Amino acid sequence: MVKKLTNIFSLSGNGLRDWMVQRVTAVIAAVYLLFIIGYILSHTNLNYFDWQALFANPWMKVFSMLFLISLGLHAWIGMWTIFTDYIKSVSVRLVFHVVTLVALLAYFIWAVQILWGL
Amino acid sequence: MNKQRPVNLNLLTIKFPLPAIVSILHRASGVFVFLLIPLLLWMLALSLGSPSQFDDLQNTLTSAGMKFLLWLFLSALLYHLVAGIRHLLMDVGVGESLMGGRISAIVTMICAILLAVLTGIWLW
Repeated sequence: MVKKLTNIFSLSGNGLRDWMVQRVTAVIAAVYLLFIIGYILSHTNLNYFDWQALFANPWMKVFSMLFLISLGLHAWIGMWTIFTDYIKSVSVRLVFHVVTLVALLAYFIWAVQILWGL
Repeated sequence: MNKQRPVNLNLLTIKFPLPAIVSILHRASGVFVFLLIPLLLWMLALSLGSPSQFDDLQNTLTSAGMKFLLWLFLSALLYHLVAGIRHLLMDVGVGESLMGGRISAIVTMICAILLAVLTGIWLW
């Protein structure tokens, strides 16, 4: 019973696959973050029009969506690991899992609205 | 497993070597970044909304409180990135030994502190 409730909220229900997804999404997020940091550092006195044009670029939209999906999956696996490690009460843990899931989905929808509104 | 084995879970008497601190901070920074995702999205929405919203955001970020919050966020994010790269290197077999783990923990800490200081200089 307890074991099943531990597994139902894991991303893939398979520890090795979760581990792999955690690494792949980490690399995607790292590349994206380094790109954004590089862009901001190389554009001193960044203005709205350059910034807007960057994110309106179709390639950048794909890159940004890739990052956001990766961030969501990465955060999901990370938070799942932490909750299952530290929260002993199954019912309390389930609440944390559900709240995290709903928050990540809401953030994702919000992000799509921001990027596709351009 | 021997159920009678001595167990010490007292956080005040457990010794935390540097690799343990680097590891727990990787988790803590991950949680912190997760909690601040809404702040990130709010800044993204404002910065891409309109020229006046872009200016509003820039003005908001000049206040000391917001600057400090942004510094905390960026420092945690960069820490998570550096400690994450350490993990990825270990996954491909680099620095898996006890000595390697200790050395990479020191390097991670130095890099993260340096990046936090540089972020502070850049923000102020």
